[in-house]
Amino acid sequence: MLRVDVEKQLGEFSLAASFTSEGRVTGLFGASGAGKTSLVNMIAGLLRPDRGTIVIDGDVLDDSAAGIHVPTWRRRIGYVFQDARLFPHLNVAQNLDYGRRMNGLAADPAQYKRIVDLLDIGALQDRRPGKLSGGERQRVALGRALLSRPRLLLLDEPLGALDEGRKLEILPYLVRLRDEANVPMVYVSHDVAELRQLATQIVMLKQGRVVSFGGVKVLT
Amino acid sequence: MTEISPAEWTAILLSLRVAVIATLVATPFGIALAWLLARRDFWGKSILDALVHLPLVLPPVVTGYLLLLTFGRRGLVGGFLADTLGIVFSFRWTGAALACGVMSFPLLVRPMRLSIEAIDRRLEQAAETLGAAPFKVFFTVTLPLALPGVLAGMVLGFAKAIGEFGATITFVSNIPGETQTISSAIYSLIQTPDGDAAAGRLVIVSIVLALGALIAAEWFARRATARLHGN
Repeated sequence: MLRVDVEKQLGEFSLAASFTSEGRVTGLFGASGAGKTSLVNMIAGLLRPDRGTIVIDGDVLDDSAAGIHVPTWRRRIGYVFQDARLFPHLNVAQNLDYGRRMNGLAADPAQYKRIVDLLDIGALQDRRPGKLSGGERQRVALGRALLSRPRLLLLDEPLGALDEGRKLEILPYLVRLRDEANVPMVYVSHDVAELRQLATQIVMLKQGRVVSFGGVKVLT
Repeated sequence: MTEISPAEWTAILLSLRVAVIATLVATPFGIALAWLLARRDFWGKSILDALVHLPLVLPPVVTGYLLLLTFGRRGLVGGFLADTLGIVFSFRWTGAALACGVMSFPLLVRPMRLSIEAIDRRLEQAAETLGAAPFKVFFTVTLPLALPGVLAGMVLGFAKAIGEFGATITFVSNIPGETQTISSAIYSLIQTPDGDAAAGRLVIVSIVLALGALIAAEWFARRATARLHGN
């Protein structure tokens, strides 16, 4: 369960959002500039809320009143960015293995193979990110985040940088991920169709405020 | 005529030793400082930046004199180091290395700083979300991506250290076999009758070393660009 109740002033823009979600995929919906990315960055710990709390499964990650702010690297929250952000000096296999190494986890070849197969990235292992297509890069980024064994996966418009054809290429992988990877997700998008396919719950954000919350039907 | 004499070899090898040691010792400090200047905001940052660049604009004789006052046997730091660790700088080759290190430091730091500034900070954020603590982010993402810049800085610093003259001769004088580098050897030779041929040979050695270093630095810079684009 994810519980978020935060306030943050970013220049002229003020963000004050509060929601609780138990869904497998929480869709964070809103126009650009609604504060979606800032909210997700706060959950990831990349941005510190001015006031409020963020709690996952009873584990307090942020509590401004108590002075708690768990640093990003200790949160075990995976993050798939719009622009993949693969490490350019590492090949695909090294990128995929990065989270496991940093967390000092034992190698799990079965899990590795399962995720590589799920995302169809087995043939890319030796390539550098510069030699991948946009869609391939995004699939590797998904695999990299999952293989760090997160307790929550944040996806910030993971299809945003792709053209229509590529989106259709990636979408089935995301559906498979939702059904098979067993990691709760927060999925950020301004695309209604995308969220209808993926989300189990919707948080609708407008100008830094949560304006509605509920099942996928709130999108209509 | 074209044969390099043993005395000249002594100067060349001493120059190489002094420049190598100066570069190797200065590099960790250079990386730390480059990272600090590229990635952190703190009080006095512009003063620190100016201090690093000072040897570039001060007359070398001033830098050498300041080193003598500080690291000489009666100097504050020099006296302490001599008494506690037995490290003596004045009129020793170690002093030449110190002078070269200080004089070449601005050139060494600059490419390192530029290459760290060129790294997309969002990659470092991505590393954090994957569970990398800040020092691990530095060693697994920042430093590898900055490596060509780090090497370029080392090469440039080395080239500057090999040619250093003013601060070195002021601080540790011009003692053959101990502190007489290529530069001070040339200086002595052109004041000696019949020294022209020997001076000419050392001049050619200097040019070759400097050109080689510049070409190497340029090559590393191009590697850096390729690396950042993930090819």
